Amino acid sequence: MNRVEGHDKVTGRATYAAEYPVEGVAYCYPVQAEIARGRIAGVDASAALAMPGVLAVLSCEEPPELGADAEPELALFQRREVAYRGQIVAAVVADSYDDARAAARAVRVAYEPEAHDVMLRADHRGLYKPDKVNPDFPTDTEKGDVAAGLAGAQVTIDVTYTTPTMHNNPMEPHATLALWNGDGDLTLYDSSQGVSLGRDMIAQALGLPRERVRVVSRHVGGGFGSKGSPRPNSVLAALAARAAGRPVKVALTRQQMFDVTGYRTPTIQRIRVGADAAGRIAALEHEVAEQSSTLVEFAEQTATATRVMYAAPALRTAHRLVRLDTATPSIMRAPGGCPGMFALESAMDELAVAVGVDPVELRVRNDPDTEPDSGLPFSSRNLVACLREGAERFGWRDRDPAPGVRRRGRWLVGTGVASSTYPARRRPSQASAAVENGGFVVRIAAADIGTGSRTALTRIAADTLHVDPGLVRVELGDSDLPYAPVAGGSMGTASWGTAVTMACQDLLRDGKQGFADTTEAVNADAELARHAFGAQFAEVRVDADTGEVRVSRMLGVFAAGRIVDATLARSQFVGGMIMGIGMALMEQSVVDLEFGGFTNHDLAQYHLPVNADIEHVEAVWFDEADGELNPMGTKGIGEIGIVGTAAAVANAVYHATGRRVRDLPITPAKLL
Amino acid sequence: MKAFEYARAADPADAVARFRPGAMYLGGGTNLVDLMRLGVAEPGALVDVSRLPLGGVEPDGDGLRIGAAVRNSELAAHPLVRERYPVLARAVLAGASGQVRNMATVAGNLLQRTRCPYFQDVSKPCNKRQPGSGCPAIGGDHANLAVLGHSRACVATHPSDMAVALAALDARVHITGPGGDRVLAMPGLHRLPGDEPHRDTRLEPGELITAVALPAPPPGASHYRKVRERASFAFALVSIAAVLDVGADGTVADCRIALGGVAHVPWRAFHAEQALRGSRAGEDAFVRAAEAEMAEAVPLPRNAYKVPLARNLIVRTLLELAP
Amino acid sequence: MEITLQVNGVRRPVDVDPRVSLLDLLRERLGLTGSKKGCDHGQCGACTVLIDGRRVLACLALAVAQEGAEITTVEGLASGERLHPLQAAFIEHDAFQCGYCTPGQLCSAVGMLAEGGPSAVTEELAGEPELTAEEIRERMSGNLCRCGAYPNIVTAIAEVGA
Repeated sequence: MNRVEGHDKVTGRATYAAEYPVEGVAYCYPVQAEIARGRIAGVDASAALAMPGVLAVLSCEEPPELGADAEPELALFQRREVAYRGQIVAAVVADSYDDARAAARAVRVAYEPEAHDVMLRADHRGLYKPDKVNPDFPTDTEKGDVAAGLAGAQVTIDVTYTTPTMHNNPMEPHATLALWNGDGDLTLYDSSQGVSLGRDMIAQALGLPRERVRVVSRHVGGGFGSKGSPRPNSVLAALAARAAGRPVKVALTRQQMFDVTGYRTPTIQRIRVGADAAGRIAALEHEVAEQSSTLVEFAEQTATATRVMYAAPALRTAHRLVRLDTATPSIMRAPGGCPGMFALESAMDELAVAVGVDPVELRVRNDPDTEPDSGLPFSSRNLVACLREGAERFGWRDRDPAPGVRRRGRWLVGTGVASSTYPARRRPSQASAAVENGGFVVRIAAADIGTGSRTALTRIAADTLHVDPGLVRVELGDSDLPYAPVAGGSMGTASWGTAVTMACQDLLRDGKQGFADTTEAVNADAELARHAFGAQFAEVRVDADTGEVRVSRMLGVFAAGRIVDATLARSQFVGGMIMGIGMALMEQSVVDLEFGGFTNHDLAQYHLPVNADIEHVEAVWFDEADGELNPMGTKGIGEIGIVGTAAAVANAVYHATGRRVRDLPITPAKLL
Repeated sequence: MKAFEYARAADPADAVARFRPGAMYLGGGTNLVDLMRLGVAEPGALVDVSRLPLGGVEPDGDGLRIGAAVRNSELAAHPLVRERYPVLARAVLAGASGQVRNMATVAGNLLQRTRCPYFQDVSKPCNKRQPGSGCPAIGGDHANLAVLGHSRACVATHPSDMAVALAALDARVHITGPGGDRVLAMPGLHRLPGDEPHRDTRLEPGELITAVALPAPPPGASHYRKVRERASFAFALVSIAAVLDVGADGTVADCRIALGGVAHVPWRAFHAEQALRGSRAGEDAFVRAAEAEMAEAVPLPRNAYKVPLARNLIVRTLLELAP
Repeated sequence: MEITLQVNGVRRPVDVDPRVSLLDLLRERLGLTGSKKGCDHGQCGACTVLIDGRRVLACLALAVAQEGAEITTVEGLASGERLHPLQAAFIEHDAFQCGYCTPGQLCSAVGMLAEGGPSAVTEELAGEPELTAEEIRERMSGNLCRCGAYPNIVTAIAEVGA
């Protein structure tokens, strides 16, 4: 079946947050901090208020009333302290967008600046050990004697990899349309990956009972993590609508998104591997330095994939965090695994070169029987099958390992491989199902941010009910629907699908309606290592004179449980790999050391891959039968596609050129 | 965006008559509207010249006359341009996207402003935008800024691809204005930043480009090559327009080389050309020429890669053009 | 200022502030939210519409400068309930995920297929190049898709353009 909302999306009828038609809507435009650290001495709104169409100016001069425990990034206009350049320090509400934007420039904010620090360094004195890493993994793990393992190894690798700040950059900028009714109830049309959590956090920020807040998010123009929890636009729209006494729209600009909607932390990762001459790992250590803001501690789980991947008798992982004068980093597609596996899988390639073992074979040799860190059995693990299948399909067998020796015209050609993994978890969810008008309606506060969850849940419900999918309608994206966790962590379909399956089973029993709350079932899950695995293969060509890199072809082979819908799955895997190609070759947010924030804050300067960058990207998979996951037997598929991609490309660049680039992205400048 | 008055001019004389201090001419809008939204440009009035009768690509003696309002896409697709000035067609096609090329005019392309990140951010200093405020790019993010001809006041680059080809082709820019009509040569329309980086070109206030005239096509083979951080829809790190004519005796009879992405102007590589003329076409001469040109480069810490990149690009392109 | 546009075949007289972009006019005044705002600076292509048949960026077009123009947005591509072949092909080939770039991709593809001439990847400048996958990729590079639907977009366009 095609995407159930496909017709709406190709005709322009699919309505995104800022697009709901509302009578008398006003527009709000933020004023952003022009210092990276310091204090607001005063906000002079008089000139702005005198401009045409201006209805109100919000700032810390008259702090709007908020809840006592608002998340600090959402606690707008409560403090005079500036935590980062670009932080929202005031906002103008006006009749038209152009009026609001023009008046925002006329708001005079006087600052008392202080010296700032926006640069992550491996030797930063502020580095500390956070209590946990996102969302609740141990900060450090250690098993065996790493020092002894390294000392006794026949071959050692000791290298440092760095990844830059990256921005999610969904195509739809974060936007919110806020409406208060006469009873003080708030409705937000919001670009959200999770309306239940969104509603709860916004209610908390505003100091309202959650029953008074409704968040609607029927179509979302991508999120990739950046819409996982509410961003300041959601609270700003509510405050502005209250101040103006009218519905208010806040649509962030692309430039503002770079400042206030989160980003992937830069990382500095040191990897040490000790192995025998055959490449069998004796000791593996992965140490990470990364950043958060002074407002909120967000510690990306960068080294957690290393706890899962290879059979190392001695294994140590560690995360250290420094709080800088930056915005708070957040989730970006495959948090943890994505930057972490760039480092680990590059290091594996370096080990393969050092011991003279084929990189596919090296990974096979180090495949563990149980989860290396915990010792838990895997619910299923088919990494070796992915590597073997990929090698066969990609034509890996006759690969000459010598770097820098294949030339096609002006191009140097090389191939690379990397493994992927991502946790397969689920969270408690609710759902209802009912017979209505001769069909079936499933209701759940899930989100479809482009993953196809509306379609996948339709199929899951139809399968459970043994009816044609055409008879099933799924309603989602509304916090008034049964509670559901966010679209994130590759847990959406697993969590929601469990609830939808159980609600439909309940309906079959009842005959009219069904309801499910999966909390008990999820909490009763046996302790097992549940992960998806995969392998990416890349062929690149590098211009010998200019250092331009093109990915000629890319193949991903995945083992991610049962695949609910082949079309949707392929799009997710391929889309993840394409984002990974961007990470490998072009994506980086350039930190402005002098002023704070980022210099290249638009889509002309922050390069996402364009159509011409993507030549042949293919995904295939094994249908795994894993009974330890959920009723559908699924693992998440939204994130694993990106995980190994950057390393596969970087390893291919090494193979093509003999140049090992350990600092992403691999731009022409680094290859000249 | 600051409020402004809008008027559509009927013809060039009407446009010039409508011009007053603080006004700007609006062509395709692909850069000006962008800059107005950012607050970088704040004209009090816009005189819309996009529909002036300044279209057409026509033979002009041995050369070609291109109307100022011709859209980039029309220019690149024109049979005379494709046949006689392929380097120009290639340069235009290397720029921006299909949609932008459908909007952008020839004159607007020449007059587009730098994409230096500080110039485009009104919350930061910039000598080009606000004379005397300073140039944070020199100590900051200059990874894609100039290595040739820059000053202590400004290290911006000119972003056009088309202008690079026009500089190689000795184009002449026809101008009308309050002081009458005149012609500026390419290179020569654009100026180096010196102490006045706010002045991109030698145009005076109220002057309007009406046409670009090309002399007869130079003999020889030509090519435009652009290096960028993704395969399409990105500004050049370095680009090159080159024309090479090698005589029957194997020596270089004539050559034209212009570089993009390296300077405040489309950079005509006169040193390289001089070194090449009369020398035996081949890698040795091409390397000498490239090094002669790049000898005067003064890279900054984060854009030093542009020097070997430009050098390699000159050599590689000439090798491809040599018989 | 008072201007009159033809939007999807309908005459639309409007009184606009000179600052208003064609995109904001469509989205905020005329209720045509199919054209998307992804960057507002001509860097993403989500706002692509057809003006007099040519694909352009509505975010960089001032509404006042469009007097008399014939504008086609994604809402005007279908004939009644019958989808434009590109719309049908996009659905069939799963050429989108979140859908936010889709209207711009569609309008861009319609305009692109009507354009002639060479592109940056065309080997020979003379004559009309064949519409290969490489040509489609280059010609559609003004439309960013963060979901990475490019391969399916190319397949869908190639099918209709063949």
